[in-house]
Amino acid sequence: MTTIGIRDPHTLAPAAEDNYITHTKGFLSWIVTLDHKRIGVMYMVAVLLSFLLGGIFALLLRTELLTPGRTFVDADTYNQFFTLHGAIMVFLVIIPSIPAALGNFVLPIMLGAKDVAFPRLNLFSFYLWLLGAGCTLLSLAMGGFDTGWTFYTPYSTTTTTGGVIPVIVGVFILGFSSIFTGMNFIVTIHALRPKGMTWFRMPLFLWALYSTAIIQVLATPVLAITLGLLVVERVLNVGIFNPSMGGDPVLYQHFFWFYSHPAVYIMIVPAMGIVSELIAVHAHRHIFGYRFIAFSSIAIAMFSFLVWGHHMFTSGQSALMNTIFSAISFSVAIPSAVKVFNWLATLYKGSISLNTPMLYALSFLVLFTIGGLTGLHLATLSTDVHLHDTYFVVAHFHYVMMGSALIAMIGGLHHWWPKMTGRMYNEKLGMIACTIVFIGFNLTFFTQFMLGSHGMPRRYYDYQPEFQIYHVISTIGSYIMAFGFLMTAGYLIQSLISGAKAPANPWGGRSLEWQCASPPPHDNFKEQPRVGDCYDFSIVRWDESQKGYVVDRSLDPELDEGAPQTAKA
Amino acid sequence: MTQISAQPSDQHGAHGSHGHGGHDDHGHSQYPFLAHHFATPAQQFDSGKLGMWLFLATEVLFFGALFVAYAVLRARSPEVFSFASHYLDTMLGGLNTCVLILSSLTMALGVYFAQRGKKTALVVCLWLTMAGAAGFLVIKYFEYEHKIHANLVWGPRFYIPPADAAGSEEAILLSKAPEPPPAAVPVPASAAAPAVPMIGALPAADASAIAPASVGPSGLKMAAVDPALATPSVPPGTESESLHLEDASMPPGVHQFFAIYYAMTGLHGVHVVVGMIVIGWLIIRASRGEFTSNYYTPVDLGGLYWHIVDLVWIFLFPLFYLIH
Amino acid sequence: MAHNAHTTAGHGSHDGHPLVGHLVPISTLVSTALALLVLTVITVAVRYIDVGEFNIWIAIGIAVVKATLVALFFMHLRWDRPFNLLVFVGCIAFVVLMMVFCIMDTSQYRKDMYTGNPSAAQETLEKYAPGAPVARFKSNG
Repeated sequence: MTTIGIRDPHTLAPAAEDNYITHTKGFLSWIVTLDHKRIGVMYMVAVLLSFLLGGIFALLLRTELLTPGRTFVDADTYNQFFTLHGAIMVFLVIIPSIPAALGNFVLPIMLGAKDVAFPRLNLFSFYLWLLGAGCTLLSLAMGGFDTGWTFYTPYSTTTTTGGVIPVIVGVFILGFSSIFTGMNFIVTIHALRPKGMTWFRMPLFLWALYSTAIIQVLATPVLAITLGLLVVERVLNVGIFNPSMGGDPVLYQHFFWFYSHPAVYIMIVPAMGIVSELIAVHAHRHIFGYRFIAFSSIAIAMFSFLVWGHHMFTSGQSALMNTIFSAISFSVAIPSAVKVFNWLATLYKGSISLNTPMLYALSFLVLFTIGGLTGLHLATLSTDVHLHDTYFVVAHFHYVMMGSALIAMIGGLHHWWPKMTGRMYNEKLGMIACTIVFIGFNLTFFTQFMLGSHGMPRRYYDYQPEFQIYHVISTIGSYIMAFGFLMTAGYLIQSLISGAKAPANPWGGRSLEWQCASPPPHDNFKEQPRVGDCYDFSIVRWDESQKGYVVDRSLDPELDEGAPQTAKA
Repeated sequence: MTQISAQPSDQHGAHGSHGHGGHDDHGHSQYPFLAHHFATPAQQFDSGKLGMWLFLATEVLFFGALFVAYAVLRARSPEVFSFASHYLDTMLGGLNTCVLILSSLTMALGVYFAQRGKKTALVVCLWLTMAGAAGFLVIKYFEYEHKIHANLVWGPRFYIPPADAAGSEEAILLSKAPEPPPAAVPVPASAAAPAVPMIGALPAADASAIAPASVGPSGLKMAAVDPALATPSVPPGTESESLHLEDASMPPGVHQFFAIYYAMTGLHGVHVVVGMIVIGWLIIRASRGEFTSNYYTPVDLGGLYWHIVDLVWIFLFPLFYLIH
Repeated sequence: MAHNAHTTAGHGSHDGHPLVGHLVPISTLVSTALALLVLTVITVAVRYIDVGEFNIWIAIGIAVVKATLVALFFMHLRWDRPFNLLVFVGCIAFVVLMMVFCIMDTSQYRKDMYTGNPSAAQETLEKYAPGAPVARFKSNG
């Protein structure tokens, strides 16, 4: 579908220094680039900036909640704070963070391909993201919006805040950005696998991205049409969702959660993929239960479409559907637990390098287990009626969306940072920052489990004085966490300026991205790499001259088929 | 979607002679349309096809949600749907179905001629497809125009007597691209029926936006049940452009039918317009002779898109026009 | 460049077949279109035969047949890669899934909603919102 007029890599013998960053120069060469690595980096910068913005709103609303009643803003402003925090973090940060940013960079290299299948579409999806983000910011200028990130009707069609339509249009556009990324990944994995890269030789991160892409392609259009109807409803007074005109607001929630529940798995499944990589590579041990982890990703993707109703237990959904959705929701625990047990089994008797990425992976294991198990409380119908719309829910989904998805994303960022930038970061600072984030996170959100089970409703501006101690602890935790993230930003930026030069394979990874230079050359591989079992670390050895690991083919008992015999590390 | 890339001319030297193109790993010089990251034309073609099918899958789900809305509304009040369906012109709908089927045929023939490398026939077929799309929209325009004049529209306007010229004017205005919600919408004093507040248009600060919401549906029901209330300015029996308000058998909530009707056919119409843009782009490229029997992927993919537009209409037609 | 393009064009079409993809003969395409037109006439005609609730199912059944024809022949799915067929059938399956769950839900609570029957509406209002709206509704009606 797409091609570019680029010099042929075969005739252009790249100099040793040539990599994707230095391949072409100038600002213009970045904004019109079709290179998946550059697009991935641009996504990463954009996502991290949005993360900063969303984080600022989080700190503002936590600060407002320090005291009952007014602390420093009024209730309407507070409503806008939490809405913006939610919308930015969900649509601008977490959903694109792993697939579009890290995935874009890593997927074709891991696969052994030169690029994604449709490079132009890839760039287009990045500009759609920018446009969507622009609309979201525009809505701030037009008076903001206070609907919550779910845009529940009829409130979203009646509220007087002026920014509702721009933000809905923005989310609509962001949805298409996400769809195009997903389409690109599916086609890339289907069509661009080189010889020897069979389905079951793919790194598990690719399986996770593939499952995610299925969800993106199948679920996101429903969100798009739902938001489209919402705009039409607000502007033209159509009334399909409006109860006063015989419409059905519960139908809106069905539509919304048909997308937004799978969207939760758009966030968590790629995070699980990253953790599979982190744990195997940094424990230097073959991943345990490869096929189970791979298929559990697909299973989660499929289950994700069957459980949306558990967000609607108290919405007026019928008792029959409540029961069905509750029962199916439990079953999601099975593939999730399969993954956790396989990760634990991989760690068992591994030779664990306790470095920053591994520390993030371990944090993920703890936080995801807490987040996942509290999900069972919420899937239980009778418990949920009590816990629905309390801080218990807030804590639960922060453990999953932030404690799992974002922590894995940051872990992955550290894991692939040397590959992306060619620089090493300060390992000691990295581990300290990770610890601070972990402590701050648990202070912030574990407290909220207690707050919620005591009955503090979410999204409230004011509360009873007896809740104050929890809110204070939670707010202090959020400050600690923010400090940890700022520290991370600090040493990462420092590494860009003065970090040590990274070897091609600093961690001892076996998958293909560790077999090309850091940073990778323009077309990823100077020669087609040989594909093998990407979790077989027995042939990976330390090479003192490179200050890094190498994949030593001479240790490889069986030669991989289909690759040029020249590929010797 | 694809551009011919300029390859360095020393490719032949670098790779020597080529075997049959389809099996050549280094066919970039032989196939100027082949992108640098694909190894063979077949790989590029399959990628494009799969990508298009995935896009069509998103289209199916995009429309699918509206079909679900249709099904839910219809399951709730089937009598509304069979009543309101009487106001749709089956002949025009059927004609449109035939127009779309024929344009699908010309599109499929276009792909055939593209595959055979017959440039003129391809361009003719694409023009015929374009004509079919335009014909569809013209017929659709007449349908819409007639309905809007007769106040067969969504929302409270449905209950404004068509004889009320001001009401009709407003209904037409409403159907056009709207302004942002005005500060307050004056409810026509003459019309008792639209006591239903324009929820979307009223500021929430206005107390009336909350309170009357609960009486809204009863207001609509009153319009249906009591002709005197429904059509205060049109005495029963008076000849009117549209008779729906005087039909005593009209079940309440018919405006919902028209809401979903306009939503679905409108979205479909947007897709037809997009299809015309795609076909126009194909016509330009085909006239330049850019497609050969080796490289016709854009025609094929554009065709797939056009067929899905046809396919959606194949379902819309019976679901709206043939249910009484 | 031009020379290359020329040779490859010869390569692909020397036996009247494209380099990639499947060539569907004109006769197949035309007969598909004819079948679609005939089915359209049938579906309009069937409307005038009243078989009650079955009318809609007949109409949908014919539409499914027509859609299948379009997909198999016009869209080349019959000769395409099986995975593309899977994508298409799969996405329809997801629409059906969503529809079934939503209908199952609304059919449960629809009796509690306005069903278009004023007296039922009044009952519902009295039950769930006793007070002004009902009174006004009554006094008006």
